[in-house]
Amino acid sequence: MKFIIKILKDFPAYLWSGWGAIATILLFIAFWDVGNQVYGDLVLPSPIDTFKTLILMLEDKNVWIEINTTLYRASVGFGLSLLFGSILGLVAGFFITASMMSRPIVTILVGMPPIAWIVLAMIWFGMGDETVIFTVIIASFPIVFVGALQGTRTLDGDLKEMADSFKLPWHMKFIDIYFPHIFSYIFPAWVSGLGMAWKIVIMAELLATSNGMGASLAVARSQLDTPTALALVVIMIGSLMFIEYIILEPIKREVELWRN
Amino acid sequence: MEKLKVKGLNHHFGFTEILRDINFTVNKGEILSIVGPSGGGKTTLLHLCANLLDVEDGSIKNTFKSTAFAFQEGRLLPWKNVIDNIALGLLASGFKKREAIQKSKKIALRFGLEEEDFDKFPKDLSGGMKQRVSFARALVLEPSLLFLDEPFSALDIGLKKELQTVLIEMIKNKEISILFITHDLMEAIRLSDEILLLKADPGHIVKKFTYTLPQSQRDDKFTYSESAKILLDAEIIDTFELELK
Repeated sequence: MKFIIKILKDFPAYLWSGWGAIATILLFIAFWDVGNQVYGDLVLPSPIDTFKTLILMLEDKNVWIEINTTLYRASVGFGLSLLFGSILGLVAGFFITASMMSRPIVTILVGMPPIAWIVLAMIWFGMGDETVIFTVIIASFPIVFVGALQGTRTLDGDLKEMADSFKLPWHMKFIDIYFPHIFSYIFPAWVSGLGMAWKIVIMAELLATSNGMGASLAVARSQLDTPTALALVVIMIGSLMFIEYIILEPIKREVELWRN
Repeated sequence: MEKLKVKGLNHHFGFTEILRDINFTVNKGEILSIVGPSGGGKTTLLHLCANLLDVEDGSIKNTFKSTAFAFQEGRLLPWKNVIDNIALGLLASGFKKREAIQKSKKIALRFGLEEEDFDKFPKDLSGGMKQRVSFARALVLEPSLLFLDEPFSALDIGLKKELQTVLIEMIKNKEISILFITHDLMEAIRLSDEILLLKADPGHIVKKFTYTLPQSQRDDKFTYSESAKILLDAEIIDTFELELK
């Protein structure tokens, strides 16, 4: 509780530090406009057109349905890989044999291109939710798993010994010794897993479903509707930035205050 | 009476013999130091006494009511601030949070930490300050037996003396007993009632030195002259391989 209050208290200062980032984004939009003036509306619609389309789209109920579909798939997929990745990673970290055995599997999972998984999933599950969710899981699971694994593998034996010397009861050992350390590894892994899930969900939808934002993107492409395509991209990036910079980053800062 | 009695202790790591036939007793109010070269099994012996390792052969009987351990490298929790680090042992032994914090603040001030340091994380502390925190964390428990693992080795002379003075004061006032290991003979002479010389490969005790003068009356002159005396001892020369080759 104290922790949440501290995060909220530091939040305005954190937001205030965001002016630099906003300036960069505005500069980027300026270059975008230059691109529009050079290449014309078909290739690169101007930012103002894009944002107008975006506002029109956001007023449309059907667009929200698509967004919700995508959100549902991404959160189910990411939620499952978060749960299983964290648990299996922790378990694997506690046993040397398990962590050695899991290494090649992780390499295969990380090394296999997501597009290949999409093709396989389409064969296995057909065109629908399952294919997308499966691909999201398979892409973000290894990231979370490795984070949890490393968190447990790198637990400091000296600190464990110190805890023993002070006869810390098991719950204190977990809360004060293991958890902060593991969390400092697992939390960044969650953040990158989330980014991965959000990218993969769009790609899988584009190829394997008839609804969701990815499918809308495919429709926009077939109709050469560049402003809509760009507006969709803005929604995707905007939502990812919101989650990462407004929700996750402030938490990360508080959690990792003790780090060098 | 409270005491720590080590009898016929042997220890192996795999096929390597680390300790052979160790016998000694720490009585209440006594300071016993174990000196010897690095890698001689001192730390293993201390960890066995503190029950951080399981005894394989021989026996260690500890009847002291409470014990605490101060480590060579501090071993503070990097994600906890100074006060929370000191309070760790208190909380583990069942003190209420508020009382533990209060006690920790009091002892922190006594160990020369400033109030503005209380909220700092270990990464922002100097080596000496970390060691003070580590000391405070052990001593705030008011243990009847304190284990020290080369606690002064990373400190400058001034700080070393300061912490030693605190210990000497505690020896004088309270009935604290200390078992500590060091490779610094002067340190051992300044603090100990009894010094055990541990020779390596495998670790075994070759000689005992006893000092009866109360610690509070030992001045620099005493320490230097006793050190000079002990450095001429044949066993010491042999154990630390002091002779010129």
